[in-house]
Amino acid sequence: MKKLALIAAAAVLPLLAAGCGEKPTVTVYKQGQYQGKPDKQPWDNDRFKGNKAEWEKAVNARALGQNEYVRIGG
Amino acid sequence: MARMKFLCDAERCIECNGCVTACKNENEVPWGVNRRRVVTMNDGLPGEKSLSVACMHCSDAPCMAVCPVDCFYKTSEGVVLHDKDLCIGCGYCFYACPFGAPQFPQDGAFGLRGKMDKCTFCAGGPEPDFSQAEFKKYGRNRLAEGKLPACAEQCSTKALLGGDADVVADIYRQRVLTRGKGSEIWGWGTAYGRPDKPAAKPGAKS
Repeated sequence: MKKLALIAAAAVLPLLAAGCGEKPTVTVYKQGQYQGKPDKQPWDNDRFKGNKAEWEKAVNARALGQNEYVRIGG
Repeated sequence: MARMKFLCDAERCIECNGCVTACKNENEVPWGVNRRRVVTMNDGLPGEKSLSVACMHCSDAPCMAVCPVDCFYKTSEGVVLHDKDLCIGCGYCFYACPFGAPQFPQDGAFGLRGKMDKCTFCAGGPEPDFSQAEFKKYGRNRLAEGKLPACAEQCSTKALLGGDADVVADIYRQRVLTRGKGSEIWGWGTAYGRPDKPAAKPGAKS
């Protein structure tokens, strides 16, 4: 009976010891990658036909139009 | 390439809510979703100030960092957009955003939350440009038309500026130097000052 108890204790001991193991608990954050559909550039359409310079020119003209000192004179 | 940004001049904003209306109209935003709104500080008190606030298209956007399904992306112009087909409407981006930009449709059966909706800088989304699907999900793609966001372009006092960050900063710098007020505030020189254009003295026109 005593022998059986010893065998049982020997079998359980590694399981108990496993609970004492130290594992890192701090999560290392990894930046995710975009998983959705790809988008096109704003100049890749029928209007600008891939002409980036023309698109930039159009947008910049609009942006500068917000400056009334330039648009209507200061 | 350009880094698209908004800038709202609190000295000029008259709280007309024209930007809010323009955004709603241009993008046919559903009831309960406000991509842009006007915030007033010290409302009703002398010297109250108003600011038009929407997604600021952050350079290091916290919404992108917290999204569990990685549905956010940043265009080459620095516009933060997302794929609604991927969004699960968890609301993490809403908690992460310091401007309260992400919006969730609330008016459905059983308090439907739905997929996140936010300002797109009028740049549409990841659907074919000018398609019905793009308009329905994200609104109008003005940027692909060579135009700037409707809210900024229609602003009557030009308080709300939108466009390339350098251009917008130049406009604001000239404005502040002309009115001779504002550049004395701490940090102005770092944000808008240039060595060749020193800060204006308070009360003096330059």
